[in-house]
Amino acid sequence: MKFMITCKQASQIISQSLDNPLSWSDRMKLKFHLFICDACTRFNRQLHLISNALKSMRSDTENDSTIQLTSEAKIRILNNIQAKNH
Amino acid sequence: MSNVNDWLNEHGDYLYRFALARLRDPHQAEDAVQETMLAAIKSNNFEGDSSARTWLTGILKHKIIDLQRKQIREQPVSDLIDFDASDTSMDDFFDVKGHWLDKPQTLDMPENALEQKQFLNILSSCMDKLPKKLAAIFTMRDVQETENETICKELDITATNAWVMLYRARMGLRKCLEINWNIG
Ligand SMILES: [Zn+2]
Repeated sequence: MKFMITCKQASQIISQSLDNPLSWSDRMKLKFHLFICDACTRFNRQLHLISNALKSMRSDTENDSTIQLTSEAKIRILNNIQAKNH
Repeated sequence: MSNVNDWLNEHGDYLYRFALARLRDPHQAEDAVQETMLAAIKSNNFEGDSSARTWLTGILKHKIIDLQRKQIREQPVSDLIDFDASDTSMDDFFDVKGHWLDKPQTLDMPENALEQKQFLNILSSCMDKLPKKLAAIFTMRDVQETENETICKELDITATNAWVMLYRARMGLRKCLEINWNIG
């Protein structure tokens, strides 16, 4: 097994780690790389920051009671449904 | 039709916010609510033991995916080729030896609420700058937390395609954030 990976490979593994569990060997390679590489450590934090920020953005919108369907929008929806539902 | 009126009055705002949080586009969010209402009156599977809101939200989730699929399919063919796994434009960030051309900088979520809001606004505008197709798949994954397998199935793409697109979206976003946030 080739243990040393490049920053490019590390960045790809980091992105994959957000989507799927890593294989044991990828996990070890990444762990070792992050231990010696500040740039990729920052990159790893950046991706986690973005992912967390997006989740908080989503829940902010979901919980913002000032965001409403306007009465015009409701009328539009009713009219469109009437037109389509014949 | 009276059902639709009741649903809109009781659950319309909730459904709209749910859709807006995931589609990030007011027009599309309204469309999603409308399609949900249309599907709801046409279907008869509302069971009294689940709440109307839960039932409608379940329909809405499918409508959101439909809209995203459409968005991705409407992209020009050149874009499809562009996102082939053999694409070399990922090398933009690295030299031939795989070293960073520009090393990633420290990015922190600001502590105070106002700056946090600014940060999220910048993130949002960075997402708008991504190619539509990338933005759509990235939104499915990171905003909606859709499983990869579902994304591949719904969009009819390979796992390799999916990860290349997600990777490129993330690389683009973090670069955009670095440029637009760290100036202060
Ligand atoms: Zn590195």
